[in-house]
Amino acid sequence: MMAAFLPTLVKASYFLAALLFILGLKRMSSPRTARGGIVWAGAGMLVATLATFFLPGMHNLPLIAAAIALGTLAAWISGKRVAMTAMPQMVALYNGMGGGSAAAIGAGELLKFGAGEAASTTQLVLGVVGALIGAVSFSGSLIAFAKLQGWMDRRFVFAGQRFVNALVFLAALAAGAALVAGRLEVGVVIAFFALALAFGVMMTLPIGGADMPVVISMYNAFTGLAVAFEGFVLQNEAMIIAGMVVGAAGTLLTQLMAKAMNRSLANVLFGNFGAARGEAQ
Amino acid sequence: MIDGFLALYIFMLAAFTGYEIISRVPVILHTPLMSGSNFVHGIVLVGAMVALGHAQTPLETAIGFLGVLLGAGNAAGGYVVTERMLEMFKSSKKAEGK
Repeated sequence: MMAAFLPTLVKASYFLAALLFILGLKRMSSPRTARGGIVWAGAGMLVATLATFFLPGMHNLPLIAAAIALGTLAAWISGKRVAMTAMPQMVALYNGMGGGSAAAIGAGELLKFGAGEAASTTQLVLGVVGALIGAVSFSGSLIAFAKLQGWMDRRFVFAGQRFVNALVFLAALAAGAALVAGRLEVGVVIAFFALALAFGVMMTLPIGGADMPVVISMYNAFTGLAVAFEGFVLQNEAMIIAGMVVGAAGTLLTQLMAKAMNRSLANVLFGNFGAARGEAQ
Repeated sequence: MIDGFLALYIFMLAAFTGYEIISRVPVILHTPLMSGSNFVHGIVLVGAMVALGHAQTPLETAIGFLGVLLGAGNAAGGYVVTERMLEMFKSSKKAEGK
């Protein structure tokens, strides 16, 4: 009786969380109601997280609680202590964590599919694509954080960089295609993630610090998409809806931010190559 | 079970929702909204919890633990930073009212 009732209750709490996220974001988009918006969204997160503990068939509950406590404590303290001027790089850091988490979900699911768990082709494709986007967002956001934090104040540019980056991206796609084609071996999974992480680093390295807010906003949208795709793999409605809302909102926000700087997104991402050539001449 | 087409409909409607929320937002709210949406995708924590909760091998458990740790960091950090950014709007609103 109880076992049949619980999944419905968890699903209902996910619905409530999705609703609160959308209402919270809506409030955050107007200066008068912005402050309350984050509280609404926060309530949604709390409800969804607590409900997940009651999903039937979950093991490792103490381990889950320990990981949540550790991650929450570290992020809470660092977020409270940091100076207001350092906020953009903290957003980059926390966004990278979300991308890493989505990539970790993708890695775990791919290993399970490799071990013989049944998966539809759609799940396999979206799992691989979500893991790719999540991993790029993870390593790219960490580079953005390091740049804004002043740990890496030089732009890293070399001749033919765009070509090398494209090659790394294509290699990551090829490894992903091999996974989708059924070669779900641990070695291929590792190669796939190594290439995806490398691409995130190399894509962000040549971009200057002043353009970072736009880039962080783009990685924010990336993480949203990764979360939505991994949500489909896990059949988790809250992740699909929240991730997709952020993916779309983040994409539009990135365009608006680039426009506010009188730049196009392509100019922010690739424009520095022209500048580098100019410097060399 | 959410099949491909049902997922496609959910993706489409959720994307329009996100687009509509942002479409008429003042420039001053760009950064807080980026931070707020960064918090919202912290829902990835829930998925990581499910992954760790169903992990079988030590490798899956380690990956799941890392996922939950990072997801919790995304959610908690995103909340704190967004709240601190939005606090500034409260004080400026009061000053205007006086």
